[in-house]
Amino acid sequence: MAHLSRRRFLKIAGFSAGAAAIAGGGTRTLQAMATRGPAGETRTVPTSCDLCFWKCNAIAHVRDGRLWKITGNPADPLSRGRLCPRGTGGIGAHFDPSRLHAPLIRRQARGEEVWAEVTWDEALGYVADRMQKIKATYGPEAVALFAHGIGGAFLKHTLKAYGGVNIAAPSFAQCRGPRDVGFELTFGEGIGSPERTDIANARCLVLIGSHLGENMHNTQVQEFAEAIANGASIIVADPRFSIAASKARHYLPVKPGTDLALLLAWMNVLVTEGLYDKAYVEQFGFGFENFAAEIATRTPEWAYPETGIPPELIRETAREMARHRPATLVHPGRHTTWYGDDAQRARAIALLNALLGSWGRKGGFYYPSSMDVPGYPYPAYPKSERGKVDNPEHKFPFASEAITTGIREATISGKPYPIKGWLVYATNLVQALPAQEETIKAIQNLDLMVVVDVVPSEIAGWADVVLPETVYLERYDDLNVELFRDPFVALRQPVVPPPGDQKPNWWIARELAVKLGLGAYYPWKDIEEYLDHRLKAAGHSLAELKQVGIVKGAKPPRYFDEGVATEFATPSGKIEFYSSQLAAAGFDPVPRYTRPVEGPPGSFRLLYGRAPVHTFSRTQTNPILQDAMSENEVWVNASVGARMGLRSGDYVTLRNQDGVVSNRVKARVTEAIRPDCVFMVHGFGHTARGLRGAYGRGASDSQLITRYVTDPLMGGTGTNVNFVTIEAGA
Amino acid sequence: MLELVTTRHNPLVDPSLHIWGWEIPVYLFLGGWVAGCMVLSGWLMRRGRAPGQGSVAYVLPWVGIVLLSLGMGALFLDLEHKLYVWRMYLTLRPTSPMSWGGWILILVYPVMALAALAAIPRDLLSGWPSLAAFAERLRAGRSLRLLGTVSIASGIALGIYTGILLSSLGARPLWASAVLGPLFLVSGLSTGAAFAHMIARDPEEESSLLRADILFLVTELALIALFLIGHLTSGAQHAHAVALLLGGPYTAVFWVFVVGLGIVVPLVIQSLMASHRIGHTVIAPLLVMAGGLALRIVIVAAGQYSHWIVP
Amino acid sequence: MARFGMVIDTRKCVGCMDCVIACKTENDVPDGHCRDWIGQRLQGTMPDLRLTITSERCNHCDRPPCVTCCPTGASHVHDFGKVVLVDHDKCIGCKACLAACPYDARFVHPDGYADKCTFCIHRVEKGLAPACVSVCPTHSMYFGDLDDPDSEVSRLIASRRHFVLKPDAGTQPRIFYLE
Repeated sequence: MAHLSRRRFLKIAGFSAGAAAIAGGGTRTLQAMATRGPAGETRTVPTSCDLCFWKCNAIAHVRDGRLWKITGNPADPLSRGRLCPRGTGGIGAHFDPSRLHAPLIRRQARGEEVWAEVTWDEALGYVADRMQKIKATYGPEAVALFAHGIGGAFLKHTLKAYGGVNIAAPSFAQCRGPRDVGFELTFGEGIGSPERTDIANARCLVLIGSHLGENMHNTQVQEFAEAIANGASIIVADPRFSIAASKARHYLPVKPGTDLALLLAWMNVLVTEGLYDKAYVEQFGFGFENFAAEIATRTPEWAYPETGIPPELIRETAREMARHRPATLVHPGRHTTWYGDDAQRARAIALLNALLGSWGRKGGFYYPSSMDVPGYPYPAYPKSERGKVDNPEHKFPFASEAITTGIREATISGKPYPIKGWLVYATNLVQALPAQEETIKAIQNLDLMVVVDVVPSEIAGWADVVLPETVYLERYDDLNVELFRDPFVALRQPVVPPPGDQKPNWWIARELAVKLGLGAYYPWKDIEEYLDHRLKAAGHSLAELKQVGIVKGAKPPRYFDEGVATEFATPSGKIEFYSSQLAAAGFDPVPRYTRPVEGPPGSFRLLYGRAPVHTFSRTQTNPILQDAMSENEVWVNASVGARMGLRSGDYVTLRNQDGVVSNRVKARVTEAIRPDCVFMVHGFGHTARGLRGAYGRGASDSQLITRYVTDPLMGGTGTNVNFVTIEAGA
Repeated sequence: MLELVTTRHNPLVDPSLHIWGWEIPVYLFLGGWVAGCMVLSGWLMRRGRAPGQGSVAYVLPWVGIVLLSLGMGALFLDLEHKLYVWRMYLTLRPTSPMSWGGWILILVYPVMALAALAAIPRDLLSGWPSLAAFAERLRAGRSLRLLGTVSIASGIALGIYTGILLSSLGARPLWASAVLGPLFLVSGLSTGAAFAHMIARDPEEESSLLRADILFLVTELALIALFLIGHLTSGAQHAHAVALLLGGPYTAVFWVFVVGLGIVVPLVIQSLMASHRIGHTVIAPLLVMAGGLALRIVIVAAGQYSHWIVP
Repeated sequence: MARFGMVIDTRKCVGCMDCVIACKTENDVPDGHCRDWIGQRLQGTMPDLRLTITSERCNHCDRPPCVTCCPTGASHVHDFGKVVLVDHDKCIGCKACLAACPYDARFVHPDGYADKCTFCIHRVEKGLAPACVSVCPTHSMYFGDLDDPDSEVSRLIASRRHFVLKPDAGTQPRIFYLE
C-alpha cells in the first residue's frame, strides 16, 4: 500500500485547520501536520462491502482521487456504522498486486496456468461459440453455473435465458445447508443469511463449535459483544478454546463429532427435570410424547463417555439455559457440514431451542422481513424438460437448494445427463469443495470452463477462459434486498475506476447474452437504467440511493408477542418434535446419535475454521489483510507438542490418512485445543503461482480433506472426517 | 502454562528488538578506546612527559582523533535519517544521554587537537608563526598539566557516557545498571592502556602502562562481577535479563570472548610480562582490545534481546 | 488542559484486529509495519483456561522515556491532550526511543523517522475519536480526557476493575484495560 509522501504532506498541511477538540481542550492550528497524520481533499461514496456475504453498507473515502479508507454506514442495520476488519481492509482489494487485468484464453493443458491475453470481444465470442456448440450437442442444461454472492445475479439471469438450470453455490452443501434443512424440518423455516438470531437480546447464548469473534459476520459479532456487556450467560462447546470460549461462563471441550450426544443429553435434562417451556411446547409442538420417549435414555451419564463432558456440567448448563428461557439462544451455527449427520444435529439444535421456547421470542430467533422491491420484468425463461442433475430422483429428499457436489458428480459420471460446460463466478471451487481430485476429474470432462474472478485463483488455473472482474469498489451490483431484522434496500456503486481492463459482472453477463443471441433478455442498456427501474418500482430512485446508499423500511413485528403469526410451514403446521416426513423417508424422526468413526492410532482429527481478517481463500492476496495475517498455523495440544519436541513457530507438515502431505505450516503449540485434534484456519496454502505473497504460504485444509461423508438428508458434505499425523522438521 | 501471542511484526522490533547491528557496538568500542587514550595521555602529561621525548602521550591524541572520527562515522551510518544529523546540534536535551554524547563527542575533539598540536615539531609549523607560537605556549609546563587534567576529565566523561547511553534505556533490563557506565569506562581504559603499552617505545612508560592495564583489567573483572550480582539481586526483570549471560543464548560468547579471552587470558599474560617472566608480546594487548569490542557487541545484542517480561 | 487516554474493555474485545487495520488505512502506515497490534495471553491448562486479549499501541505515558531520551526533541509531549508525538523533521533516526520504550510501540518508518500511534491527533483535533476506537465492531474501545472526572473514560476507570500493561516499568501508561 502506498502512503502519502512526507513532502506532499507538508505541502497540503496548510489547508487543514484545527477544530473543536473532543474534551474541550481548546483549538489549535496544525502547524506541523507531518507530526500527526494525513490530510488532503476527500470525498465520500456510500456503497456496500463484498469482503464476505454479509454485505455491510459502507462509506468509501477517496482522498485526492485515490481510495483512502472505508468505514461503516451509520444508517446501515447490518454494520451499524462499523465494518469488520476485513471490510475495513477492503480497499486492499482494489490495490491487490495479484489482480487479473485482461481476459485470458488458455494456450496449454488445463491446470498449467499458461494463457494469452485477448480482447473482451474475443474472449466472450469464444465462450458464446463453445456454449452454442454444447447446446447443439448436449442441450442447454449441460452448462452449469457455480456462483457465490450477489455479483452472480446477472450471470444466473444469462444462463437461465440460455436454458441452463444447473446453478449452485458451495454455501449450501459445503456450509449452512444442514442447518437450514434441520430448522426447516422442525419449524418450517430456515435460518437464512444474515442469521435471524437475536443475539443482542439473549440472556443466555449457547455456541456449539461456532466461533464468533474469529468468524466476523459483523452484526452477529457486534451483538455478541453486546450480550457479553449485558452479562448474558455464555456456554460454549468446542474442542478448541476459541475466542468465544474465552468469553464463556461454561466452556465444554466436547470431543469432536459428539455434539449430538451433548444436545440429546441437554434435552433429556430439560424434559426429565421439567424445565422446558411447557406452555410453548403444548401450544406449538407436535409429537412431543414420541420425542420425550426417544430421548428418555439419553441421560448426561450416557453422554459422558461419548462427549467427555461430566454429567454434572451437562446438568448445570442445561439448567442455566432453562433459567434464562425464552431468551436462551442455542446458536444454529453457519458452517455446519461436519460429520455427515449434520442436518440431524441441526434438528437437535432446533428442538433444544423449541424446548426453550426461543423461536419467535425476544432473545431467541426473530422473524425477519425484507423490503418490497419488485424484480425487473424480464421475458420468461425457456422451460427445461430434463430437470437438474445435482439431486437425481431426489436422492437427498430434503435438499432445499442445489448441491454443488451433485453437479460435480454428474460432470464426472455423465449421469443423469452430461455436463459439458462450467461457468464459475467468485468461488474458488478447488478450495471450497472437498476432495480436490474429484473437482479436477470433473473439469477434465468439460468442453468449456470459464472462470470470472479478480485474482488468478486455483480454480482460474483450470479455466479455458478467465474473465477479470472489477472489484466491488469499482462496480454496481444488483440491489441488496435481504431478509433481516429491519427491512432495507441497499446499493453497491463504483467508488473508483478499475486499474485495468476489468469489467463488472453485469457487463460481462449482458455482453455474453448478446453474443448468445439473447439480447431480448437485457432490455436495459446499462445497469443504472436497470437499478433505477427497480428502485422506482419500489418508490425510490437510483439518484436517491447513490446519495444515501441505503433506505430502510418501517419497523416490522419480529416476535410472536409483537404480532407475528404463529404459523409453521411443516406438514403438521406445528413445531415438529417428531417428524413424520423424516419417518416416511426412512430417517430418524427424532435425532439419534451415532458414534463418530475414529482415525488411525496416533492421528489427529483435522478441524478448520476462520480467522477474523480473512474470508475463505478469497482474501489472502489483499495486501492489507495479508499484512495482518500472511499464513495460518496448525494448533497442536501442548502435551502432544511436548511429546514430539515441538515448539510454537516450528514448521511441520501434515500427512492425512490417504497419504496426502500438506505444505509446511507453523505449529502453534497450545493448551487451547484438545489432544485428539488439530485446527487450522481455512483458506491458506495457495497453490496458484499468481497469488502474490499467498502462494505457498501456510497449509491448505482443503488439500487434506480427501474424504467426506454425505448427509443422507440433504447432500451436504461432512468434512471433519479426515485425520492427519504431524511430521516435524519441515 | 503461559502462552503469549502478538500480531505485531515490525522490522527491527520483532520478534525481539534488533535496532542496533555492528555500528553502535563499534561506535561504543571506539568511543571507549578514545576515552582511554585521552585519560592516559592526560595522565602522562600531568606526570611531566613533554613533547619531543618520544612519549605516547602525544601519539594517543592523534590516534584518538582518527578513532573518534571512525566512531562517529559508525554512529552516522546507524542513523535512519542521516541528512538530519545536524538537528542534534541545534539543541541540548539535558535528559538525553544521546544528546549529551553528541556534544561530548564534539567537545573532546578540541581537547585532543590541542594535545596533538603541542606534539607537532617546531619546524613543521614554520609556515604558520601564530600557530607555532600557540603550540609553544601549550608546551609550557603549566599548560601541559592543565591540558592533561582537561584531557583526563573529558576522557572519563566520554568513557562513562558510552555506558550511560545504554543504561538510561530502562526498558531493556540488562542495560538498566548503574555499573554499566564505570564498566564501559574501565573497559575503555584497559583498551587504551593495552594499545598504549603496545605502541610505547620508552621502556619505563611501557612498564607503567602495562601495570596500569593490569589494574584496569582487574577492576573490569570486579565491575563485571558487580554488574552480574547487581542484576541477580534486583528482582525478576533483572534476574531474567542477566540469565541471558548466565545460562542463556549469550552465555558462551560472553564468558569465552569477553571474560576469558578478553580479560583473564591477557591478564595472566600481562602479569607474567610485568614480572619479567616472559618477554613483551603484542598478543595480550590485542586480546584486550578484541575483548573490549566483544564486550560492547555482547552487551548491545543481549541488552536488546532482554525485555520487560510479563509475569 | 486535557490529558487523553484510552480505555479498552477486554471482556468485549475479540481481538479481531479491526483497530490495527483501521489505523493502517487511516494513517497510511507502510506495509509490513503496524502502529497497533493485538496481544493474547493464555493461562492455565485445558479446560481451565483464561485468555486476555489486549489491543495495544503507544501508551502515551505520563512519564514517557522515549521523550526524555530523544536527543533532538523530535519526540515530545504535545500540549494538546499530552499526547506523545514525533516531529518527523526533527528525528534523526537514532532509535534510542525504540530502545527506551518498554512496550516496543515504536518502529522506524521507511522514510527514516521513528513512528508510532498518534492517538489520531488529526482526528481528535476535529472532534473525532481515533480511527481504532471509531471502527471497533465490539465497541470495546473508549477515548477521552482522563483529567475530566465526568468523561466516559474516567467513569469507566472509576467503576471497573482494570489494569495497565507493565506497570512496574514506571512509565505511567494511559491505556487502561477493563477486566
